[in-house]
Amino acid sequence: MTDIPRSQEVASVDSPALVKPQRKVRARSSRAMIDRYKWYEIAALYTGIAVFLFFVLAPFIEGFLVSLKPLAQLFSRPYTFIPKMWSFDAYFTIWTSVPALALHIFNSFFISTVVTLIVIAIVVPAAYAFARFRFAGSGLLLGIFLAVNMFSGAVLLIPLFRLMRSLGLLNTYWAMIVPGAAFLIPSSIWLLRTYMLRIPRELDEAAWVDGASRLYTLRRVILPLAMPGIVVVAIMTFIGAYAQQFIFALTFNSRTEFMPLPIGLFAFFGKQEVIWNELMAASFVGILPVMIVIVFLQRYLVAGLTAGAIKQ
Amino acid sequence: MTSSRNAVLFALALLAPAVLYILAIVAYPLFDTIILSFTNASLRQEYDFVGWANYQRIFGAGNFTEVILRTFIWTFFSVSMKMVIGMLGAVLLNAAIPGQTVFRILTMPPWIVPMAIGIYMWAWMYNGQFGMISGLMQNFGLIDKPWPFLAQGSSAFWATIVTDVWIGVPMVTIYFLAAMQSIPRDLHEAAWADGAGRFYRFRRITLPLMVPAIITMSLLSLIATFNSFDIIWILTQGGPSGQTTTMIIDTYRTAIGSRKYGEGAARAVVISLFVIAFCIVYFRAVRRLSQGEAK
Repeated sequence: MTDIPRSQEVASVDSPALVKPQRKVRARSSRAMIDRYKWYEIAALYTGIAVFLFFVLAPFIEGFLVSLKPLAQLFSRPYTFIPKMWSFDAYFTIWTSVPALALHIFNSFFISTVVTLIVIAIVVPAAYAFARFRFAGSGLLLGIFLAVNMFSGAVLLIPLFRLMRSLGLLNTYWAMIVPGAAFLIPSSIWLLRTYMLRIPRELDEAAWVDGASRLYTLRRVILPLAMPGIVVVAIMTFIGAYAQQFIFALTFNSRTEFMPLPIGLFAFFGKQEVIWNELMAASFVGILPVMIVIVFLQRYLVAGLTAGAIKQ
Repeated sequence: MTSSRNAVLFALALLAPAVLYILAIVAYPLFDTIILSFTNASLRQEYDFVGWANYQRIFGAGNFTEVILRTFIWTFFSVSMKMVIGMLGAVLLNAAIPGQTVFRILTMPPWIVPMAIGIYMWAWMYNGQFGMISGLMQNFGLIDKPWPFLAQGSSAFWATIVTDVWIGVPMVTIYFLAAMQSIPRDLHEAAWADGAGRFYRFRRITLPLMVPAIITMSLLSLIATFNSFDIIWILTQGGPSGQTTTMIIDTYRTAIGSRKYGEGAARAVVISLFVIAFCIVYFRAVRRLSQGEAK
């Protein structure tokens, strides 16, 4: 976890013998030594990381540079990676060429937020039930929930379309929210159940002995203790709902004012010629808030991914 | 307080919202798909039962087995590349060198941003005339004229795989990284004290202990990749001339594109059967792995 100089420092502080620090440190702390690299190993590691991160980030870098290139330069050859002329024009013109852009960005957030609220409201009691109570078929029920996880909305699109139509939800926010939430519930139950299993059972029993009702126990004992877990689940659900909004929004809604960002921008492809620099500029404006938030939430994301990956 | 009748009723009450929601939005549609697959449903309100006609049609048409085969090849390459690159990424990010935290954060964007937006960026990079990949390859003299990646069958097939790998890699990397860090450090230190090198330790300690994580992740990734829709739909819509048409794309085209709900449902049922088979393999693997852990 630590970088080289710091771990060496810690090691030398730990070492009581100051007479021959070199020797003693080496003998006492393999922790620092095992993490010590030769210069060529360091070079290889950084090169490897650079290549890896280039693969991961190249589309974003290229996308950003494209947003700065005027169209004429974009459609010229030979190809140049770095813009010859920098221009932020696209970032101003998008607001008129995609009049509903701000609305699309808002819709993306709004849909994901409502999905998250629904999922949390449904998942907290269910996870508690799975974590604490055993009844005939509880294991099977949990298994069925997990199997739901494996079905994607794409397979069930036809009946879902018919269902949305008969409920009169087509072309509303709900057409995207209701199915979106359904496919996020199972994994969230699993994640939160894992977390709740770690809360000592004695706490429930103590509350029970003191005469607290079951509901009171859930609300006043379990809920506060499970809060960190609930936060992780909420963040994972939000990311899931935010990153995957496409197929339901594409199929169940055709009204511009309800479209989330990805679908709002998909319209660029319907035109004679795709205005790439504006598409990229609009994409960046749209995803910037999330990108900033990730930096602060990365710990929760890692926690969620690790606990959520099924391991019993 | 575990098994009293009262407690069971309370538990069922807690579960009711989740169960009802899933019944209405997943179980009922699944049931409806099976029913529809035996009908000639379309945009019209009324429809008739036609027996196995839809199944006979899709399996008789000849190209359906080709689509199934293509889906499996597509999935196989995508999942294996995700695993290999994810493992490499995890090893690199696990190294105790300055900048570690920043590198980890920089790995996440493809997973976090709306998938579709990442795909739009790839769509531009694959552009034959002016895109980055074709452009850079020309600049370096690898190809002598513009190469329209998405307009040529075989390159479109690989292009969609690469984009799918790109979206999947961050999650796999971070999951593998976490699994790697949960390996007891003593093992590495003991081997190190005995003079085992880094590569040897990776092969003899890290890799064997990560087998459960690798199996879990490949199966999860297999199911997700098998169901992948957005990438192919945005990049090629299954073209050129069907070369990137996987089962999901094929179903979408039949059902939503041509409005043949009955036939589309039959195709969806075939997909579901495969998914159920994967599920069974997955649950068995998870059970076996957890038993192995208990010993």
